[in-house]
Amino acid sequence: METKNGHAATGVLQGVRTRLVIEEEITATPEQMAYAKLLDKGMKLGLLMLIITFSIYLIAAASPMGLLETHVPVKDLPKYWSMPVSEYLKHANIQAGWTWVTMLDRVDFLNFTGIVFLAGITILCYVRIVPIIYRQKDYVYTVLAVCEILVLTLAASGILHMGGH
Amino acid sequence: MSPLRLALVVFVSLATTVVFSLFFATTAPAATDALVQSSIPWWIWPSVLFVVTFVLGIVAVLGGVGGGVLFVPIVGGFFPFHLDFVRGAGLLVALSGALAAGPGLLKKGLADLRLALPVALIASIGAIIGALIGLALPTHIIQIALGSTILGIVAIMSLAKKSEYPEVKQPDALSQALRITGIYHEVSTGHDVKWSIHRTPQGLALFLLVGIMAGMFGLGAGWANVPVLNLLMGAPLKVSVASSKFLLSITDTSAAWIYVNNGAVLPMIVVPSIIGIMLGSLVGVRILAKTKPAAVRYIVITMLLFAGGRALLKGLDIWS
Repeated sequence: METKNGHAATGVLQGVRTRLVIEEEITATPEQMAYAKLLDKGMKLGLLMLIITFSIYLIAAASPMGLLETHVPVKDLPKYWSMPVSEYLKHANIQAGWTWVTMLDRVDFLNFTGIVFLAGITILCYVRIVPIIYRQKDYVYTVLAVCEILVLTLAASGILHMGGH
Repeated sequence: MSPLRLALVVFVSLATTVVFSLFFATTAPAATDALVQSSIPWWIWPSVLFVVTFVLGIVAVLGGVGGGVLFVPIVGGFFPFHLDFVRGAGLLVALSGALAAGPGLLKKGLADLRLALPVALIASIGAIIGALIGLALPTHIIQIALGSTILGIVAIMSLAKKSEYPEVKQPDALSQALRITGIYHEVSTGHDVKWSIHRTPQGLALFLLVGIMAGMFGLGAGWANVPVLNLLMGAPLKVSVASSKFLLSITDTSAAWIYVNNGAVLPMIVVPSIIGIMLGSLVGVRILAKTKPAAVRYIVITMLLFAGGRALLKGLDIWS
């Protein structure tokens, strides 16, 4: 690989990948850049969602009139957060899995939108890079990326759960 | 001011206002019923958690460790939250840190996607298995295992050497078949560093174990990723550290989903922790140049020694 002064681009073929060299600075592969850009935007949006929904939760907590409803009254939280999760779900009358989606009218469960978004960004990033890698005819890595999407989707699906202790 | 920074400022102002107004308002103890009752107002512990995770964020940056490895043993050992919720929060804390760092590391070519993809697949499968096992095992067993693991991490941090540019005489067949090789620009020397790896099958086997432990204990796994990538597989130290950080975003995603879907996530624990650690990390980065990393690292090791011992003794019901 050679580098040149000034704004010169040198293409280097590594298998079926091309890495651009600009001004003696190594930059990432196209799929790496695509992943990074989507990850950056998604992370910022997820964090913003987290801050906004938690702020609403704090307002609900401080509101003496109870204008915004929570499923678990904040004053009862100390009772629950020291319990094993199985007991918490039973005493708080909460179903595990994706049932939180049906409880978004309660501000404590509104927080899950930001949490779930942050947990889901990686899946979106993988979906983003699959066509890029496929177009490079890198079939092994295409399969690896698709497998990862399937593994993460399985984890996110709510199908996998164990009995509590 | 960027929207995110504005939101952070608004949040911190709001949180401070709420905390102070609750502090000066008349508070009554939590309503009594058959369940555990507490005389401490509910908002005390999340507020303390925010401050503690802020400090952990600073210490983590200065000590060169991830926030996750500090969060679970310290919060699990000294806060009244059940370990199920602490582990769920720990994974989300480590995940958030990795998501924040990932874009920059990928764009600079320090984190390598080609290295990370096969490793991440193995590690994320392990993390799912670990999370399921962790949620099924009795708490005292997890405490004992966590304490032992943390003490093991202390040993690794104290004894493991690091190699900036490991010698890889011959890449193994698997890494050659997967074309796991790369090049990055080393700013300190001005040179481009070509790298390759070896012992890929052994590394992948270890990453399965690392994933299991990360999922079981809610730890970030950076403490294990870096030695495996650097010392075993021969990746340069910077590529190992950067790729490890990026790997966390995938490994912890898979385990975090298990905890979320099993109900082991409480927003009142998760959100102050994430924001506390992120703000602390920002401060840590700013003061990093003025501190002695070696001294902070000793402090981190001491904290982990204490927290690991506490978890072990708590699990054995010697110090509960």
